[in-house]
Amino acid sequence: MRNLFRFITRHHFVFLFVLIQLISLTLLFQHNNYHRTVIANTTRSIKGVLNTRIYTLREYLSLRETNKELLEENTRLRNQLIDSYKTTEVPVEKEFDSAYNKQYEYIPAKVVNNSTNKQHNFITINKGRIHGIEKEMGVVSSNGVVGIITGISQNFSTIIPVLNINLRLSAKIEESGYFGSLFWEGKDSRRVSLIDIPHHAEVSRDNQVVTSGYSAIFPAGIKIGTIEDYKITGGNFYKATVELSTNFQNLSYVYVIRNHFQQEQIELENTERYD
Amino acid sequence: MNWKTPRDMIEVLPRNILRFAVLVFLQVFLLNNIQLSGFINPYLYVLFILLLPFETARWFLLFAAFTLGLTIDIFSKTPGLHSSATVLMAFLRPYVLNYLAPRGGYDPGTYPRVYYYGPGWFFKYASVLIFIHHLFLFYLEVFHFYDFFFTLWRVVLSSAFSVFLVVLSQYFIYRR
Repeated sequence: MRNLFRFITRHHFVFLFVLIQLISLTLLFQHNNYHRTVIANTTRSIKGVLNTRIYTLREYLSLRETNKELLEENTRLRNQLIDSYKTTEVPVEKEFDSAYNKQYEYIPAKVVNNSTNKQHNFITINKGRIHGIEKEMGVVSSNGVVGIITGISQNFSTIIPVLNINLRLSAKIEESGYFGSLFWEGKDSRRVSLIDIPHHAEVSRDNQVVTSGYSAIFPAGIKIGTIEDYKITGGNFYKATVELSTNFQNLSYVYVIRNHFQQEQIELENTERYD
Repeated sequence: MNWKTPRDMIEVLPRNILRFAVLVFLQVFLLNNIQLSGFINPYLYVLFILLLPFETARWFLLFAAFTLGLTIDIFSKTPGLHSSATVLMAFLRPYVLNYLAPRGGYDPGTYPRVYYYGPGWFFKYASVLIFIHHLFLFYLEVFHFYDFFFTLWRVVLSSAFSVFLVVLSQYFIYRR
């Protein structure tokens, strides 16, 4: 301690200088905007470099954990591969099987005009004949069914949406499989009605209503909405109120569905009818 | 200061206070307002540190330098800048004096002036300390090394001009 004291007294000049210089520099760096900014920026960039280094190091140290996670993910994805499932089909049959023919093709489109407040609402999209759109194609959004193409021009198409009193869709209750007819009553743009459900069917609230796939327009199982309420009408049938899953008020992107076998199905059905 | 005789008390202190005031006045109201060719800034005020008596206590040197620098800083709105450079210069003054000491040391009763030790000695003494002061001051002011040689050029020219003024002052004001 005495040595330290002696050391300080012997070099008091240097210590005093350092002290006064520190006071001066503190004044400089605290009361001059320019110097303060430079100091702050330098500190920040040094901190940034250090942080990056530390982050890289941390990343390196957690490689084992990351590897494990990736491995688990790989396993999960691999298990979903079609090759992982053993087929039960007889090979002879498979040669005539159309299961691997693509049936539905989706064409993305942007809504350019839309109405929800009329009885005969229409939606216009920015894809037309040159994009391969044809009449009677189904239209869906990421949330569910939108409608059916009714008019096409070179670059645009009009859709008759679910929210049009002229449209009727074949729909089924996902849980029980019973199907009925779906239409809009023209009142509430969030709700449609599902009728012709046989009274012996099991219906309950929160049942999902999806497309039946009987019409050759929509694939089966596309969401339409949820049953909100139901009652028996006309003796033997249920009438259900369905809350739409698609919000038509903010619709902006839709997909037009091309069914590669639509023509074939319709032709076949027509011959049956005329015979 | 190291007061040895009543003469020091009566003569040296008031003379230095006056010198302090005159140099600050000159620096703040005259030299700070002239910029020769855009980037030469002479700093004559360091003459105060240069002319303090040989016997001045070293701690007093530092405090005097800090006070002088801070006074200049207050007038030029750069707190810490001039005080820092001036304190560094005052810190180095004893070592420079030691290095430049004539054989047999400095005579008692003399001051670090041209009158006592000649223009050659005074020029060396002044230019070394002024260069250090300016070097530190200018780099601290720009606070980066991007234009290193541009700043160095400013330091050299400004130092030359300051030294010129300091030496000139010896012939006009401090004859004795």
